[in-house]
Amino acid sequence: MTTFEAILLTIVTASTPLLIAALGELVTERSGVLNLGVEGMMAMGAACSFAAAVTFDSTLLGVAAGMLAGVLMAALFALVVLGFAANQVGSGLALTIFGLGLSGLVGAPFVGARRDPIAHIDIPVLSDIPVIGRLFFEQDLFVYGSMALTILIALYLTRTRSGLTLRSIGENHTSANALGLPVWRVRFWAILFGGACSGLAGAYLALVYTRFWSPGMTAGRGWIALALVVFAAWRPGWLLVGAYIFGAATVLQLHAQAAQFGVPPQVLSAVPYLATILALLLLSLRRGRAVGAPGSLGVPFVPDR
Amino acid sequence: MFSGKVFGAVAGAAVLALSATGAFAQAKDKVKVGFIYVGPVGDFGWSHQHDQGRQAIEKAFPGKVTTTFVESVPEADSERAIEQLARTGHDLIFTTSFGFMEPTLKVAKKYPNIKFEHATGFKRAPNLSTYAAKFHEGRYITGVIAGKMTKSNVIGYVGAFPIPEVIAGINAYYLGAQSVNPNVKIKIVFANTWFDPAKEGDAAKALLDQGVDVLAQHTDSPAPIQAAEARGKFGFGQASDMERFAPKAQLTAITDNWSDYYVARTKAVLDGTWKSEDTWGGINAHMVVMTPYKNMPDDVKKMAQDTEAAIKSGQLNPFKCPVLGQDGKEIECKGNGSLSDEQVLGMNFYVKGIEDKIPQ
Repeated sequence: MTTFEAILLTIVTASTPLLIAALGELVTERSGVLNLGVEGMMAMGAACSFAAAVTFDSTLLGVAAGMLAGVLMAALFALVVLGFAANQVGSGLALTIFGLGLSGLVGAPFVGARRDPIAHIDIPVLSDIPVIGRLFFEQDLFVYGSMALTILIALYLTRTRSGLTLRSIGENHTSANALGLPVWRVRFWAILFGGACSGLAGAYLALVYTRFWSPGMTAGRGWIALALVVFAAWRPGWLLVGAYIFGAATVLQLHAQAAQFGVPPQVLSAVPYLATILALLLLSLRRGRAVGAPGSLGVPFVPDR
Repeated sequence: MFSGKVFGAVAGAAVLALSATGAFAQAKDKVKVGFIYVGPVGDFGWSHQHDQGRQAIEKAFPGKVTTTFVESVPEADSERAIEQLARTGHDLIFTTSFGFMEPTLKVAKKYPNIKFEHATGFKRAPNLSTYAAKFHEGRYITGVIAGKMTKSNVIGYVGAFPIPEVIAGINAYYLGAQSVNPNVKIKIVFANTWFDPAKEGDAAKALLDQGVDVLAQHTDSPAPIQAAEARGKFGFGQASDMERFAPKAQLTAITDNWSDYYVARTKAVLDGTWKSEDTWGGINAHMVVMTPYKNMPDDVKKMAQDTEAAIKSGQLNPFKCPVLGQDGKEIECKGNGSLSDEQVLGMNFYVKGIEDKIPQ
């Protein structure tokens, strides 16, 4: 394996949790709900998945537990912002703080435990292609899953009736409601989907990326996922690109340091965030096409009675 | 976790320790000791090691000492927690993170009859002592091992931030390696975080990808050494024994041991001999403890043990003069035959042979 291949492989691992969490948030936001609780749901996903995986010695059960934890956290959020039409920004922030705290409690007995790496699925023949072979055809299931999920969500949003409904609710919930579309129901499922993805991303972090658990191990990745959704202008395809740019920037700056390029690591660490600001700037400069946030994003839905 | 990091202590030289204590010495039958931790007791790192010290006190003086602790105290909000302990009849209070310095000083001034001890800080008062550990002594030993164990002649270091404490660690590690292997090179990566397991692991992988085969770390999670284990390379545990995460890769771990110090200080309060002091102990004071040397040939093990013994006896100082800077010029020797404590605590240069630059 050459250094180049090795770098590419690390980039894939660094990008995958960002992509998974951001995909979930993208669907939630396309339905018009802003959930700032991604970090908290991820933390819970990481803690619960690790706890279950160690207790039952099963990665599969761990993943299921992580997703379930994310869904439950999201359900709580849905109750507050849909049921009581509470402020979404405040509720989301509260969810993050709550999730980080609760994950510490759940994970406390499992500090110091470790898991073995999970298997990489080797697709024969294809994985022997030089350079890209190992990169694309010898990964773990999460990586394949995240790619498939990106395509499925893109198809769902643009090619299905249900996807269209979700988008129209996100664009203008008052009109959608007047048309008889089930605003609450669609948003409820969209929020739960976002929770499941965050939980899955947390599970990936704890079970594949680090293979141990400790408090606060999500270390801000939930916030990066949120930034990515904006960076991608709420489009799944661009999300894939954005997640990999973020992952690459993180990993490459570490390599640049090891290779003694003499660039300050503080500056390099800031590059992904500068990229987000730049993307936002470019987006706002682009005119003519309807890109940008769903019209009803973050606005509580209170129908006229 | 910003706890174990002894930076800014140079400025502390200005804040003179007052040797005369105002309160008169008085022996006590019973002592209540309180602890403030920055992290959870179960972090298997910094706070965990302090709690081991607390338990050692309970064992050492059965029936005479009661202890309490408050864990996961945010540094910004610590004054309340410290004052709470002061109000509830504690005689001796240990605050165990750099960020607790100002709050501890403030509370100490308010309660002159209570003794305070602050870890890794530099501000003292008649009833406030400071203490820290010379981790760079352990780093020198790991350097000797790394210099012997490397086959690629490239050793690596995952640092948190380019601050004096980390820089001193890198220099000590490299000087140790150089002392047994003049051709050794070092590659350094700063993760820009004390704690982000995934990123620390990526930093380690970047080093391993670039030919490093023995890896040291100055970040708090076991991710780097775990990465070394996964690649069949070697590493050193940080702050606590990380063998469970890397049974084949861990050559040794540099661990903090506060037990002896805590027991001694509690005894001083019991005897009425407690005085405000500044303690910076290393291997000799048993504050820095190396876990058993493993996964290495016997001759390397012997060399490591000999180095440890030489440091313990005071025969060997990692920063023995002459210390050469990167440009090959000698660094002014302000200590007695070696760099002074202030020079080590404020270290802002790499030694000769390190080809990287300190990020500014």
